[in-house]
Amino acid sequence: MKKIKNLSKNGRDSLLCYAIVIIAFVAVQAVTAGGGLSSSMKGLLVPICAYIVMAVSLNLTVGILGELSLGHAGCMSVGAFAGIVVSTSLTDSVGAAPLRLAAAIAVGGVLAAVAGVIVGVPVLRLKGDYLAIVTLAFGEIIKNIVNVLYIGRDASGLHFSILSQKFELAEGGKMIINGPMGVSGVQKIASFTSGFVLILLTLFIVLNLINSRAGRAIMSLRDNQIAADSIGIPVTHYKLMAFVISAAFAGMAGALYAMNFSTVTAAKFDFNTSILVLVFVVLGGLGNIWGSIIAAALLTVLPELLRAVRDYRMLIYAVLLIALMLFNNSSLKRRLLEKRGMRQMEKLERAGKGGA
Amino acid sequence: MTFLNHLISGISLGSVYAIIALGYTMVYGIAKMLNFAHGDVIMVGAYMSFCATNYLGLPAIGGVAVAVVVCTALGIVIERLAYKPLRQAPALAVLITAIGVSYLLQNAALLIWGSNSKNFTSVVSGKPLQLFGGALPVSRVTVVTVAACIVIMVGLTLFTGKTKMGTAMRAVSEDKGAAQLMGINVNTTISVTFAIGSGLAAIAGVLLCSAYPLLVPTTGSLPGIKAFTAAVFGGIGSIPGAFLGGILLGVIEIFARAYISSELSDAIVFAVLIIVLLVKPDGLLGKRVSEKV
Amino acid sequence: MAMLEVTELGISFGGLRAVDELSIRIEKGGLVGLIGPNGAGKTTVFNMLTGVYRPTDGGIRLDGENLVGRRPHEICKMGVARTFQNIRLFHNLTVLDNVKTGLHNQVTYSLAESLLHVGSYRSKEKQMDERALDILRVFDLDGLADYKAANLPYGRQRKLEIARALATDPKLLLLDEPAAGMNPNETAELMETIGLVRQKFGVTILLIEHDMKLVSGICEYLYVLNFGRLLAEGTPDTVLKNPEVVTAYLGE
Repeated sequence: MKKIKNLSKNGRDSLLCYAIVIIAFVAVQAVTAGGGLSSSMKGLLVPICAYIVMAVSLNLTVGILGELSLGHAGCMSVGAFAGIVVSTSLTDSVGAAPLRLAAAIAVGGVLAAVAGVIVGVPVLRLKGDYLAIVTLAFGEIIKNIVNVLYIGRDASGLHFSILSQKFELAEGGKMIINGPMGVSGVQKIASFTSGFVLILLTLFIVLNLINSRAGRAIMSLRDNQIAADSIGIPVTHYKLMAFVISAAFAGMAGALYAMNFSTVTAAKFDFNTSILVLVFVVLGGLGNIWGSIIAAALLTVLPELLRAVRDYRMLIYAVLLIALMLFNNSSLKRRLLEKRGMRQMEKLERAGKGGA
Repeated sequence: MTFLNHLISGISLGSVYAIIALGYTMVYGIAKMLNFAHGDVIMVGAYMSFCATNYLGLPAIGGVAVAVVVCTALGIVIERLAYKPLRQAPALAVLITAIGVSYLLQNAALLIWGSNSKNFTSVVSGKPLQLFGGALPVSRVTVVTVAACIVIMVGLTLFTGKTKMGTAMRAVSEDKGAAQLMGINVNTTISVTFAIGSGLAAIAGVLLCSAYPLLVPTTGSLPGIKAFTAAVFGGIGSIPGAFLGGILLGVIEIFARAYISSELSDAIVFAVLIIVLLVKPDGLLGKRVSEKV
Repeated sequence: MAMLEVTELGISFGGLRAVDELSIRIEKGGLVGLIGPNGAGKTTVFNMLTGVYRPTDGGIRLDGENLVGRRPHEICKMGVARTFQNIRLFHNLTVLDNVKTGLHNQVTYSLAESLLHVGSYRSKEKQMDERALDILRVFDLDGLADYKAANLPYGRQRKLEIARALATDPKLLLLDEPAAGMNPNETAELMETIGLVRQKFGVTILLIEHDMKLVSGICEYLYVLNFGRLLAEGTPDTVLKNPEVVTAYLGE
């Protein structure tokens, strides 16, 4: 107990993140073993993991770096389709499903990171809403391009074309991505455990980053870019770093997500998905990683919980969202916080006197 | 002639974008918020006009009037209930609330009108005009749309430039605090801005559905995003910018569809936006705002 | 050779000539003031020295090396640090982390070590903590190390900004109105601190200030700017008695 007290606030937050995830994992496993989980809930487990990774990685861009991105689903899409191509290609050569999944996730992450660099290098010098609209634009462009992508595989290897299928597959060949039809017949190799491992990996990297030299540089850009520049922080370098790491994890989440469904289309990763993840991040609190985890999990389950009122569930979701935002910024909450702030100030004064 | 044909349908689509973008840009200029629900107000406008003409038997012009009145009121109500309490809140909080309002409108529409598409009857009837001895047919909807867009653009320019309310709007957009100290009622000004923006959205909705008659609860989403893109393209906050951005976006989209690929037309539109912003980071007609050190 | 050599520096914004033909020389270890009425162009000079603005003409050399055309973070690495007239702290970071961010280029480790917390991560972080606390101690801020910078009272925020600038181990420290908004007691305390900083860190200081008591109390040499041009220079005694300077400040 004493050791926890001695940790800095950041250290305690990190510990809390790991604790939430591990306890939730064990609890869900226990309930599943006892047969207490409905099949529709079971179907949500992998998507929840993917959305948690999405939310944590987007929080890196929006909460830690302080730049609004409306195209996070674009990176997810790149990872998803790259992952599908990899796992399908490896079906014959790699027998073990977890190994194939790991390869798919890794390649998905790398390609999404490449996309992050391609997007980030030109656009990160834009500011505020302009950056937001450009990320939105890139998300839509990625969706459009995947929509006209044809990839097939036969004995001679992979075949690509754009706009229409311009290649003939040899005997025994198979289409992997079929334009607007997307992908069908994906082997569902993602599991709750693999999702759990991916979350842990994401947390490990993101939390470590926050508590490091690079992380402080990134947060200093969020708080005051001009001051950061003046104390020797190379602005573009660290912006790009945060953006690319964020994109990489979105790609990994995409690969995990895709391996949970037998059919996947580009339309799944559209602007609405980007917004959905942004809602997780804002409701969980900007820069607050454990908040993102909880918000992503709860809000993914919520429509399922509202199943009883099927027709009204999205309506209720919308009303709840507005109400939450209004409460979060209401004078009631501000007064509560002010009280806490006053107590802090008093403590500060005492501490200040003690130090002087 | 096909080139001219495409150009005309581009300008027609662009005019719809421009009308939506004008509303977007005014609201952004004053409230400094990305009103993501704006596109859904378009959809509400179209449904209102549809109901008024199909169920109440009103003439087309009556349908338009109902749409404008309902959307104007809707705009004011949304602003009062959802955005006004967030004046002091961070921009992202307002953005998420706007997204919530957007979901709300879409799902309410889904409950009321169902997911099946309604077939919208054009509010402008009559045979197409035959230009060049019939070689270049121009539909009357196109003529009305372009004319409406020009009238609205000129009207808004005069309104913001010449009237007392318009001056108040410009003042609030520059500095809310200072405007208040000068005796301007900031809340009323913002309400009026939302009212105008939403009224324009209603007109845009009717015109959009007259040209592309399939009406569903998500009808407004993509045009909303594109109009927002158009506003940024032209320089957000600028009225001539929104007009120019809207027209250009429409023309680029139609040309891309006709000469390159219909599947990639959206991607091309967004790619052009990105290129423009990289060359001119504040849009075509936007003002440069730099931080004072 | 002087440490800082500014020769015939000038900048125009559109048609406005904000600074014109300004020449400044500062010897190593000096404590020099840049004064002048509001709008004289003092902060603009700082912005040119630190690379925020690029001068239209003239030269800036630090120990013989050219600074013109370099980015602010490069200039910082070459040894120029600054504070801002309107305080620019990293508000959501702790007091300690503000200073540790200043140590960014002083104590370094790789990205892999950042992401995985392996290798020299622990020892380097510890080293950073110690150095940051050492600097904070000079400003009596070490007791507040774990507080968010935004929660500090105004006077302490100004001190923290100086501490953060010092963490970059500058040769030349630029202070933009360090006493702005302080009461006489706080100003007196600040004068003491500035003297101490100069001794302890061996840093050369150029400061912009309106408080004449502070200026004449600690500066050895003054440059007076008016309408972007140099009006007078010399020791505080002579400069502050100069009738032109008095007119510039008090009007006709």
